[in-house]
Amino acid sequence: MKGSVIKYERDNIDTDVILPGPYLKIHDYNELAKHAMEGIDKDFHKKVKPGDFIVAGRNFGCGSSREHAPIALAYSGIKAVVAISFARIFYRNAVDGAFLLPIEVDEDTYKDISEADQLEIETSKNEIRNLTKNKTYTMKPFPELIGKIIAAGGLFNYKP
Amino acid sequence: MNITEKILANASGKNRVSPDDVVFANVDKVMVHDVSGPGVIAVFEKLKKSGMKIEKLYNPEKVWVAEDHFVPAADKISAQNVVLLTQFVKDYGIRKHFKYGMGQYGICHTLSHEEAMVLPGEVYVGGDSHTNTTGALGAFAAGLGHTDVAYVLLNGKIWFKVPETLYFKLNGKMPDYVMAKDFILRIIGDIGTDGAAYKTMQFGGGGISEMSIEERLTLTNMTTEAGAKSGIIETDQKIRDYLAQRGATNYKEVRGDQDAQYAKVYEYEASELEPIVAKPFSPENVTVARDLSSTTLDKAYIGSCTGAKLDDLRAAAKILKGRTVKIRTEVLPAAISIFRKAMDEGLVKIFMDAGAMVGPPTCGACCGAHMGVLAKDEVCISTTNRNFPGRMGHVDSKTYLASPLVAAASAVTGKITDPRDLK
Repeated sequence: MKGSVIKYERDNIDTDVILPGPYLKIHDYNELAKHAMEGIDKDFHKKVKPGDFIVAGRNFGCGSSREHAPIALAYSGIKAVVAISFARIFYRNAVDGAFLLPIEVDEDTYKDISEADQLEIETSKNEIRNLTKNKTYTMKPFPELIGKIIAAGGLFNYKP
Repeated sequence: MNITEKILANASGKNRVSPDDVVFANVDKVMVHDVSGPGVIAVFEKLKKSGMKIEKLYNPEKVWVAEDHFVPAADKISAQNVVLLTQFVKDYGIRKHFKYGMGQYGICHTLSHEEAMVLPGEVYVGGDSHTNTTGALGAFAAGLGHTDVAYVLLNGKIWFKVPETLYFKLNGKMPDYVMAKDFILRIIGDIGTDGAAYKTMQFGGGGISEMSIEERLTLTNMTTEAGAKSGIIETDQKIRDYLAQRGATNYKEVRGDQDAQYAKVYEYEASELEPIVAKPFSPENVTVARDLSSTTLDKAYIGSCTGAKLDDLRAAAKILKGRTVKIRTEVLPAAISIFRKAMDEGLVKIFMDAGAMVGPPTCGACCGAHMGVLAKDEVCISTTNRNFPGRMGHVDSKTYLASPLVAAASAVTGKITDPRDLK
């Protein structure tokens, strides 16, 4: 999985900015994508390219349970969010719905990755390669069940 | 085991569970509303397109439905969503649907306790993050997204990682003019918006026993803002009486063992608490109300599952009685049953005499969707639960979170006001 980085240097990026409340009535996934990140980045929809990664700080996706948030990011083309930590409902929505990969990294890795860096993520090796900076980072391995659900392609394809 | 571990062990057919175990728990109650319902319907459509056959729910008797976020219908799309949800209810044989404009309806988390939809010892999941609220009855209550709720509707169970429990002990009785909202804001200020991430927040101690049920519900409600999976309080006689008044007497209480383990215990003295406000743009950004007395306001909002229960309205009325509001003030009881009680007790008259607007139950303004959103640069004091950028309207508006007493006192002066300082 290879792509370029859109970085937000902040913690607690909440669902109200990832997909603002007024759009909760919308359930057309492509329509939701047009409003992704609107709360902090009006240009997101214009600049995001298929395969891009978002990089952010702690507690990404905190706030509401709206599955609209990972949906809007996924249908914008985001394949993974790389963050120091995630809020629980965002995390399980991303995994169970098979929308995108929530990848946890340590603080040094988060700081080292810059806007527009090219990353290659290989989850089977728990490895993130920064092709721009020619560096390799370690991602936190997925917990066992999460890894299985991801491998199955979402909760509905997973057989307990 | 503590109460949360015991409930999850019972629900997953195990003798014992420990934090970090992953279990598939049988679910006793499921709730969807007019946002998560259509979200679940979209998941069903996606599954059907991929070849899955969906003919019936696992058990429609366990499911209940609320209309709260976009009612009264904010626009054509919202109106259509309610039609869609109503058809879903009909198609799948769901019997409990609280419809706007047909007797009892209101915010889902308020109905969960007002209508005793959830009982002690149960596993309850809802398509809304503030599902945690109902844990105050002694149930395991957690919010989920659309895919997970769809999975529960079809399979009757869902995975949970057994959470560690943080125990918050409150000693003594709350002083006058201090409410549960002040206590939970103080806790969130102390531990941060991810201070309880993936964990359960349990409340206990003499201060909790003294507290009314509705005040306890304010605590569990905002465990969400500390990142918690759930909030919980063990069932006591007050809960039993509260549920009995609502016709519910048949349930199996669960209590923690004598040697129950907690990841951490926090202890607070009620006598040391005072009116607290969370400044923009995070519920953890707290300070005492008196520090903000020069902050001028455009609006006071008394509404939502957090701050428009009957006790909240009584508190606001205590302040507004015989006074006049200086800024635009809106009071929206959280359910019709509460609206009616507020009317019977004369609270609605007090609000209207003070010049405030009284409106129907809705989540509308709390999530910045409709029914009174904020303009650019407007400043609001609110009894709701979140104040992230754009939460209650324009991305450049500002929301201060406070108790109904502080919100009402601030409505009277037009500035953030500690109710103890009101002349």
